Amino acid sequence: MADIKWPAPADRHLIGKRISRIDGPFKSSGRAKYTFDINRPNMLFGKMVLSAHAHAKIDKIDTGEAEGMPGVRAVYTMVPEGQEVNWVGQEVVALAADTEEQAEEAADHVHIDYSPLPFLVADTDPQQAGPDRTKQLRDQSEGDPQQGFQQAEVTHEGAYGIPVITHCCLESHGSVAEWNGDKLNVWLSTQNVSGSAGQYSDGLKQAGINVAPSDVSIDCQYMGGGFGSKFGPDSWGIAAAVLARKAGRPVKMMLERDHELLSAGCRPSLHGRIKVGAKKDGTLVAWDSESWGTGGMGSAGTPPLPYIFKIPNQHVRHSAVLTNIGPARAWRAPNHPQVCFLTMTALDDLAAKLGMDPLDFFLKNIGITGPRSANYQEELLRAADMIAWKKNWHPRGDRATGPVKRGLGLSIHTWGGAGHVSNCRCTIQPDGSVEVALGSQDLGTGTRTVIDIVAAETLGLPLEGVQVAIGDNKYPPDGASGGSTTVGGVSSSTRVAATNALNQLLEKVAPSLNATPDQLEAVGGRIQVRGDSARSIPWKQACAKLGAAPIVAMGQRDASLISAGVGGAQMAQVAVDTETGVVRMEKIVAVQDCGLVIDPKTAESQVYGACIMGTCYALHEEKIMDDQTGACLNPNMEFYRLSGIDDIGEIQVHMMTGPGYDERGVIGLGEPPVVSPGAAISNAVANAIGARVPDLPITPNRVLMALGKGGAV
Amino acid sequence: MRSFEYANPSTVKQAVALLGANAAVLAGGTDLITLMKDSLVQPGRLVNVKGIRELGGIGASGGGLRIGASATLEELLEHRELLGEYPAILDAAEGIASPQMRNMGTVGGDLLQRPRCWYFRNGFGLLARDSQGRPLVPKGDNRYHAIFGNSGPAYFVSPSSLAPALVALGARVRLEGSKGPREIAAADLFRAPQSEGEREHAIEPDEILTEVVIPASARGMRNATYEVRERQFMDWPLATASVALRMDGKQVREAHVVLGQVAPTPWRSEAAEKALAGQTLDEAAAAGAGDAAAQGAHPLSRNGYKVQLARVAVKRALLAAIA
Repeated sequence: MADIKWPAPADRHLIGKRISRIDGPFKSSGRAKYTFDINRPNMLFGKMVLSAHAHAKIDKIDTGEAEGMPGVRAVYTMVPEGQEVNWVGQEVVALAADTEEQAEEAADHVHIDYSPLPFLVADTDPQQAGPDRTKQLRDQSEGDPQQGFQQAEVTHEGAYGIPVITHCCLESHGSVAEWNGDKLNVWLSTQNVSGSAGQYSDGLKQAGINVAPSDVSIDCQYMGGGFGSKFGPDSWGIAAAVLARKAGRPVKMMLERDHELLSAGCRPSLHGRIKVGAKKDGTLVAWDSESWGTGGMGSAGTPPLPYIFKIPNQHVRHSAVLTNIGPARAWRAPNHPQVCFLTMTALDDLAAKLGMDPLDFFLKNIGITGPRSANYQEELLRAADMIAWKKNWHPRGDRATGPVKRGLGLSIHTWGGAGHVSNCRCTIQPDGSVEVALGSQDLGTGTRTVIDIVAAETLGLPLEGVQVAIGDNKYPPDGASGGSTTVGGVSSSTRVAATNALNQLLEKVAPSLNATPDQLEAVGGRIQVRGDSARSIPWKQACAKLGAAPIVAMGQRDASLISAGVGGAQMAQVAVDTETGVVRMEKIVAVQDCGLVIDPKTAESQVYGACIMGTCYALHEEKIMDDQTGACLNPNMEFYRLSGIDDIGEIQVHMMTGPGYDERGVIGLGEPPVVSPGAAISNAVANAIGARVPDLPITPNRVLMALGKGGAV
Repeated sequence: MRSFEYANPSTVKQAVALLGANAAVLAGGTDLITLMKDSLVQPGRLVNVKGIRELGGIGASGGGLRIGASATLEELLEHRELLGEYPAILDAAEGIASPQMRNMGTVGGDLLQRPRCWYFRNGFGLLARDSQGRPLVPKGDNRYHAIFGNSGPAYFVSPSSLAPALVALGARVRLEGSKGPREIAAADLFRAPQSEGEREHAIEPDEILTEVVIPASARGMRNATYEVRERQFMDWPLATASVALRMDGKQVREAHVVLGQVAPTPWRSEAAEKALAGQTLDEAAAAGAGDAAAQGAHPLSRNGYKVQLARVAVKRALLAAIA
């Protein structure tokens, strides 16, 4: 059989067309049911008792009073006596009651004695944190850093920082768990439909309950945000299943907003002292950085500094600081927003010191950006065109009269995005109906739509001619949606499965068209001799020739249909009130490549969302911890701010497509566009006010401090 | 949230009879219910006052204006014609939360809502102390705390959006309790508590705030409110200023300057008022009044920027008032 390819541009009827997400009407009309919406007969409500200490040993847990309270049906201790808790908000006891109110009231009557232990919640450097709280992860040189700085004619030194933020999923983590004999059914808000059953089996074993992964069914048709924080059942998911087992009734347990922000994942901070040098003409020659950051008690990985630019002589050190702030989780493009911020701001400051337009400076050094350098160049120029950079850019410090100053800033980013393991089953029924089934999930990114487009395109059918079945682990196993790997996985496996199914159908139909199967094509709802619509048969009639048995064909991820490695450039325009320090977004332009774009509309939507999310962390987001008590001070959406509709400005998105991009095949897109906004917005603020605000988020306080107008830390 | 009794009176008299130390007045509920959910208050009885007709309505009264305590914030904005003379109130009301919240939230609730101090909201008490009784705010994260009137024990800021405007306009509030009705200046509704049990409002547990009165004397005063906020969408102001001016041509005869979000109570700046009296109000005079307002501020470790915001808010409110 010939290799399976994407259709040639002229033969694409759906791929590359602007198609609205197929589940849009379900979501906007409220018919889409999220985990929060699942209510089972006789269902109980679960609540958890959380640690009030940042670090403590649990001496005694007394659940007696709670167990005797009205409506309480089951209690489960999640952290046993004698063990330690490591952050304020860590789950200690779970219980389930007839009503949510009863569960809450009972949770208030669980008595836990703690012996407090020393804690650290401050986002401090290794010197202040001390050796017990520090892990050095990297101390590495390339080239000759010392000689590099000797060659440098202009050197910039600066300190930059990006704080701990949270995922703040609008649908919090949680599940509804229901036992049916020894089988467990879970409605779980997850990025990992196929991979969660095994985690339930393992987690429940530790709680003394044996259940085979094959006896755990996972259902997640819709979910309200994961961003890397929803890859499994989590301790509260296991607790819900344990409570359901104990009570013999289904249990719904969704995290409260404060719990979501305290425990369900944070993005590690990154701070660094950076020295970077260049020749007078802008050629980068040397880099030195000492960085640190915290992602709770884990080390959170080694951030790839300097970002993208392979500066020939460099010395890079990085340490993790261990803190009691709650655990880190993968946050949309792990590490990249942080390293992008530290790198692109330092380079922008160096450009200012060189007296160069940062666009010219970036282009000057584009040669050391690796294999995507031609893409970055094209994307920077395209973005510059969209925001009229050459017309609107000015040297640092807007000279306009009045308190409001405008400025432009830029940044570039990269990401991998290879396709994950994927298996698709395509079924063609004798009545002409088609189902494609994958144990995948749609995080809101448009996965369902993309699968529909690929299957319908392959079978020559309209979108409505294909039923997409996902969000259930009874379907063929698929990868977790992380690393922007979903679209590559599901689009290629669907293409293969649909092609295999079609080939079987063409064999059945060929004799009636006096042709061989390889002379046939499926197009416009018909099977026809290639290029000869006179010799054709409508899809339904073709399928009727199957007799009683449907066609069932499988497809796996096909590496020849996909690849990895994308680039993007973003430019931001801001207006800063220099009397109040308030920053207003005026515009972001985002130029992005991701190979062959299946659906430009949902792809652009990913980039819009990323620009908004990037604006949130550039201007507002920070998990604020109290040194004295170890508590998080803003576990709510009041002081853990996300941008609102008035705060995001205009967003223009341009997807790089066509020759040079399409032939690379499909590449994931979810993460890369969220990498640049922090750096681009910070650079725009520096350009506007003529001073660097070295830390995110860029609050009025920090702007005024940078301007020397009475700000404080 | 603990279980509670729910009472639904139809007159103020009935409501007052139902109140007491263990009861709370429920109007819009936008603050009370969150306080209850977070176990910060645990009333045994809620007395719903939304069914009391005499508490509603907005209308002219004795040459001035009467605003019922249970009039919603959105109703204020719907009475633009009636309130046209008081942009200070409309500006402040427009800035409150979202349309959904303004549809629920009431004028009385805006005045009597509890502070947003994150130590208070995290369960450390209104005066924010640790288990040993040491104050948390001075050494803690006090970026949103008071820069005036903050020598302790209260460090929070008064969260009311309407209060600075009402105080600047010389408004009065009427209360009714078991000892009968009384009327006080809006400014006197607020106080800085001296002990944990004390409330930041001068209202007795068995009293209901029944109405706000804008006196006839406020008519003809140029007035405005200016808010500085980090986010345009649904955010608490970092600092606000409300001003009301009696002008004689371009000259200020009498000025009322009241800052919000900077002290445990709405903060009247006599220094700014003095600086303005007799002045021709232009940009320089407005800036001078802003500088005067900032004098005497005692920022805590992390809120020095609010001094600058207070300064700018006063300047911009003054310029808006005469625009």
